[in-house]
Amino acid sequence: MSHSFDDISQQLKRRHRKSARLKWISMGALGLAGLFLLLFFADMLNKGLPAFQQAYVNTEINYTEEAARDARQAIPDDLVAIVSRTEIRSIPLQMRNNENLLGTSEQRWLLVNGEVDQYLKGNRNSLSEEERTAIDERVESGQVELAFNRTFFTEGDSKTSERAGILAAVVGTVMTMIVTLAISFPIGVMTAVYLEEFAPDNRITQAIEININNLAAIPSILFGLLGLAIFINFFGVPRSSPLAGGMTLALMTLPVIIISTRAALRSVPDSIRHAAFGVGCSRWQVVRDHVLPLAMPGIMTGSIIGLAQAMGETAPLIIVGMVAFIPDVGASFTEAATVMPAQIFTWAGEPEAAFVEKTAGGILVLLAVLISLNAFAVLLRKKFERRW
Amino acid sequence: MNSQAPIMSEQDTPSVGQPYTRNEQACHDLSIRVRDLSLWYGKNQALKNLNIDLFQKNVTALIGPSGCGKSTFLRCLNRMNDLIPSVRTEGLVEMDGHDVNAVKMDEVALRRRVGMVFQKPNPFPKSIFENVAYAPRMHDMVSRKAEQDELVEKALRDAGLWEEVKDKLQEPGTSLSGGQQQRLCIARAIAVQPDVILMDEPTSALDPISTATIEDLMDRLKEKFTIVTVTHNMQQAARVADYTAFFHLGEIIEYNDTKVMFSTPAKKKTEDYISGRYG
Repeated sequence: MSHSFDDISQQLKRRHRKSARLKWISMGALGLAGLFLLLFFADMLNKGLPAFQQAYVNTEINYTEEAARDARQAIPDDLVAIVSRTEIRSIPLQMRNNENLLGTSEQRWLLVNGEVDQYLKGNRNSLSEEERTAIDERVESGQVELAFNRTFFTEGDSKTSERAGILAAVVGTVMTMIVTLAISFPIGVMTAVYLEEFAPDNRITQAIEININNLAAIPSILFGLLGLAIFINFFGVPRSSPLAGGMTLALMTLPVIIISTRAALRSVPDSIRHAAFGVGCSRWQVVRDHVLPLAMPGIMTGSIIGLAQAMGETAPLIIVGMVAFIPDVGASFTEAATVMPAQIFTWAGEPEAAFVEKTAGGILVLLAVLISLNAFAVLLRKKFERRW
Repeated sequence: MNSQAPIMSEQDTPSVGQPYTRNEQACHDLSIRVRDLSLWYGKNQALKNLNIDLFQKNVTALIGPSGCGKSTFLRCLNRMNDLIPSVRTEGLVEMDGHDVNAVKMDEVALRRRVGMVFQKPNPFPKSIFENVAYAPRMHDMVSRKAEQDELVEKALRDAGLWEEVKDKLQEPGTSLSGGQQQRLCIARAIAVQPDVILMDEPTSALDPISTATIEDLMDRLKEKFTIVTVTHNMQQAARVADYTAFFHLGEIIEYNDTKVMFSTPAKKKTEDYISGRYG
């Protein structure tokens, strides 16, 4: 029996409606995800951008004998309540370091304390009504003003919010990542090369493969416990150090690198291997001269993404003691250090309002670094991508 | 010698398919001797007790329907089957008095003397120059830059590609046309100066003009090399091969001088196949 077009389109209408519905649902899901992302970024920028600004006060500093004993004597009395305590405390130290200062005076921009800073930014603060009007007057006269916050990028952590910076955490992150990469990249790539190019396909290699895939799914805090037990307690690696943290994160990054390297090796067509074997390459020459160069972009991308993941990790580092108050920028791999997410975690726990913006500011810096790393990975892939 | 008389090897008498000589001069030296060669993929027997003698500086064509084992047999000659984990072989493949499957035979040494050209052109994703220069350099055949340049030019000339690529040696090998790529692969194979070149359906991915170029090339190359080629194309076998072996279901049904085989096949199966009744 034949069907007329009318019969068929009647039936088709229902099917078309169904696919249209599905399309709207999936587009809705995408839109919702996009909305959340937008909200998140807007909130972070709103909270975090003020952290890149800081209030400064222009004041006269008198390096007198009294100031060497009581630093508060160095600045005008009415400014003592405004200037940051850490700035005042550092005056006698400066005098001790430079004896020529004694008896001189100078005009300088000093950090303002956190409460005044927050008032100027319109945030919650504990200033009284008179103090507020006094500060308003100084702003009017140009003695107090908001400017770019250099301290945030040039200092380590501090107990006073105006002096707290992210540099120590950035340097700690870089050193930790160097250790992580130096350990996990060669081991991960060579493991993948062995499994993919050399290993026979038997029970043992299958078991290894399953376990590597499982490792990638293990909660990261367990890697922290492993790091504590093995590296710190057994091998005596100094705790809180980039070495301990980097080794722990290397364990976590290994499965990611192995899995992505294997995928990259598998995507190299067999015809290239056959060609190389055909001209008399040994297995190692096939891998080194032909397969690895072709797989390199994929390997690099996977490693960078694994590294970015490790960079955002906090839990295992809590266990190895890298979440700590670190005021000084680290100089060696065995000194105590902290990393960016750990610094954000520390700031998030501070009660003062001024630390809320530091937290958001830290997140912005971390996000910027992560996004540029991922963008770099994409660029690398595009640049070295080859067609066969 | 009578032109219809079979040539027998001195040691033994293979069960099937001794080739007949076309004329006196064509009574050639032995290159590869195969006796009782069997091969299994897992439990599946793909080659069954093959016996064949391949002669030096000749083109031998292997023909037969799909899945008859001709490509598998070809890969036995340079042990490319070793790359497939489930493969097991038995029997003798002898070259220069050496068993190529012996434990002490290094497959790298074997593949240096037995080169290979594949079905689909597969130049390395490197420059045209590198494609040819890579293997000789790896085998320490060249020490100086000038030597290397000379060798590359010679290999490309022998492969009939030099005139087309001499001005763009640094361009990627993959930028060439299909037929040029296949000749580049041939140049790559002959650059290490092997004794034998195996060709696994070298023209099946090419257009008729490129195919004709490769066939002419095979005709010239056999002055220097022993060529064993697998082909699906009966006319091609008739055109280029001195000897032809007909494979069917893992056995060699008939092996003979090409002219004799195509004019007066000894077996019914061969006749049916070459007359196009199946395959």
